[in-house]
Amino acid sequence: MELFLYTALFAPLVGSLFAAMFGARPKTKIAGIVPSIMLGVSLISSTILLVLVLTTGHTVHVEMMTWMATGDLYIPFGFVVDQVSVTMMMVVTLVSTVVHVYAIGYMDHDAGFNRFFAWLSAFVFSMMILVMSDNFAGLFIGWEGVGLCSWGLIGFWYKKESATWAANEAFIMNRIADLGMLIGIFLVYWNTGTLQYDGAFAAMPGLDTATLTWIGIFLFVGAMGKSAQFPLHTWLADAMEGPTPVSALIHAATMVTAGVYLVVRSNELYALIPNVGLFIASLGAFVAIFAATMALVNRDIKRVIAYSTLSQLGYMFAAAGLGAYWVALFHLMAHAFFKALLFLGGGNVMHAMNDELDPFKMGGLGKTMKGTMILMTLASVALAGIFPLAGFFSKDLILEVAFIDHHFIIYTVLLLTAGLTAFYSFRIIALIFHGEDRHTALGFHPHEAYKFMLWAMAPLAVLAVIAGALKGSYFEMVTYVLPATEYHVHSATTYWIMTIGTQLFVIGAIYFAYKKYMSKDIKVPDGTSKMENSFAYKLLINQYYIPYFYEEYLVKPYRELSTLCWTHIDQKVVDASVDGIAKAFYATGENTRAMQSGNLSTMLKWMVAGTVALLSLAVVFGLAAKYSGEIKLFLSGLGV
Amino acid sequence: MEIGLNHYLVLSTILFAIGLVGVMRRKNLLMLFFATEILLNSVNISFAAISHYYGDLTGQMFAFFVIAIAASEVAVGLGLLIVWHKKHNNIDLEQMSTMRG
Repeated sequence: MELFLYTALFAPLVGSLFAAMFGARPKTKIAGIVPSIMLGVSLISSTILLVLVLTTGHTVHVEMMTWMATGDLYIPFGFVVDQVSVTMMMVVTLVSTVVHVYAIGYMDHDAGFNRFFAWLSAFVFSMMILVMSDNFAGLFIGWEGVGLCSWGLIGFWYKKESATWAANEAFIMNRIADLGMLIGIFLVYWNTGTLQYDGAFAAMPGLDTATLTWIGIFLFVGAMGKSAQFPLHTWLADAMEGPTPVSALIHAATMVTAGVYLVVRSNELYALIPNVGLFIASLGAFVAIFAATMALVNRDIKRVIAYSTLSQLGYMFAAAGLGAYWVALFHLMAHAFFKALLFLGGGNVMHAMNDELDPFKMGGLGKTMKGTMILMTLASVALAGIFPLAGFFSKDLILEVAFIDHHFIIYTVLLLTAGLTAFYSFRIIALIFHGEDRHTALGFHPHEAYKFMLWAMAPLAVLAVIAGALKGSYFEMVTYVLPATEYHVHSATTYWIMTIGTQLFVIGAIYFAYKKYMSKDIKVPDGTSKMENSFAYKLLINQYYIPYFYEEYLVKPYRELSTLCWTHIDQKVVDASVDGIAKAFYATGENTRAMQSGNLSTMLKWMVAGTVALLSLAVVFGLAAKYSGEIKLFLSGLGV
Repeated sequence: MEIGLNHYLVLSTILFAIGLVGVMRRKNLLMLFFATEILLNSVNISFAAISHYYGDLTGQMFAFFVIAIAASEVAVGLGLLIVWHKKHNNIDLEQMSTMRG
């Protein structure tokens, strides 16, 4: 079984290195095909492992080699395939395979085709390390690896200023959070003496609550950065500067869920500190509604989907924070499928519209892009949580969890968010595919994407539909390692009222969205309408002025501080001392070059002078050595 | 008065000083060779005297080596000197400044 583990882990790396060999060459189709095949191999290996884990309940735990061994510190390159990591492996490899195949079509005309696949496969490799590692150090390596690949892919079109800016923003935000995570890992090692998950979690019940709370908080800070939770959320929307397959893979399905994975993986820790858990849940609920409101008005389809991702991540954290780890992981999985599908559909639209992202300039695309329309509508229905699609089972479960645990505020917030989710999802669907044709007048001639791209998306569509049906076997599997709390509303009446109520609410929101945005009066907003001048609209379209706040009150003062340090400390102290040393050498050289007159007599005189100097030194030291006793006596007499 | 080690050492020192001054002051290449020769021989005197004083032949052996090497050095030096003289028609140290840095 180890063979499958290593295959699943290293196949993406092979694909990445293969594509990287062609990095500097012009576009070569093979550089996209080989990594995709490698991803397929990885997917098959993961599936075999899944079947193994599912049928026998055995987990695979290997120690590839020793990584660090000094003193008491022992960190191996160890990998574990248990019920949790195999779920993540399936999600990662499946979505990656789809995205790779899709990207062969999507990046068809891009000059950086080969480079793209090198980065993309490298990302998958890092993600696999992240989810498969059996210790915190390995997790951190994968964590940083996905961060790096994300940076490379957001800034993939590095000639665009906005892309490089967004890439740096994402990287720096994550760096801030990673510091917290690193401190958390240090605390784990300090207090438990090991970084292996099993050892560390086994030792944790013996620690005092304060320590555990700090560990929990710091680890969660890391999760907040990677999963773009408030207040470190701004990078995710800006990360949409990257190519769309990247947004689908990294910023919807896999990397951003790493934070949720971390919390799920550390469930034994968070079970000991319910207060931190409650904080996580509250923050999750807040982010859910906070992001959903921003998605309501945004005029960029990719950003809308990004905010939607943010909002769904909030749901996952709400579930995880309330102790329903398997629910969080289940929603993570279901979300990965339909959100990736939604993004890839968005990519098709973007291609058709020559990279135009404003849905108000589209309208009526359903006629030319039937396949994409069906897939995106399906994904949106799943996202909205309509029975019997995936979102219904996973998202409603989170609502139930909040309800059963008597966290009614969280429940209400999440319920409201469900309505908002349905509204904004169908707002863009209606604007893009239905209603009046607004794009022809603007000179766009959309066309459907390649057939194989649509077929590549099909597996995701199927999973978005059927993932809910897998709930039973999934529950049985993951509860080997996760707490097996079943969430049932006590009375059947309450359950039906809740479920049907939610469904009606969501359907109402969808109907409202269609009614509002399919009307013939929709025009490209020009900033004159009453709504656009209202306070709420301005607040939302400017993302609650948080990016503005960061720019004005954090970035600018920091830049001024940096300039100050640069002009005063760096230039006047550091540079001055370094330059001073160099100048001293130059001056010595300038002043003594007269010695090198080339005159033999002069040189001989200098030679004699040198000999005399050395001899006198020898004499002085000789005398000092001879009379050292007396000198010491003399010095002690002086009181030195 | 018996002639002892100190007399030889004083003689050696005086010769060394003469040689050193010669090395520093002389402008004629040939004279420079003479001065060098005086330096080397002053050291030879010390070697031989100290060797005799301790009854150890090593110093005298060393002196022989020095004489042999000095001879070969002068041979090479004189050869170069003759070539220089043919080329420039003088052996003045002040003229030899192609090594100027």
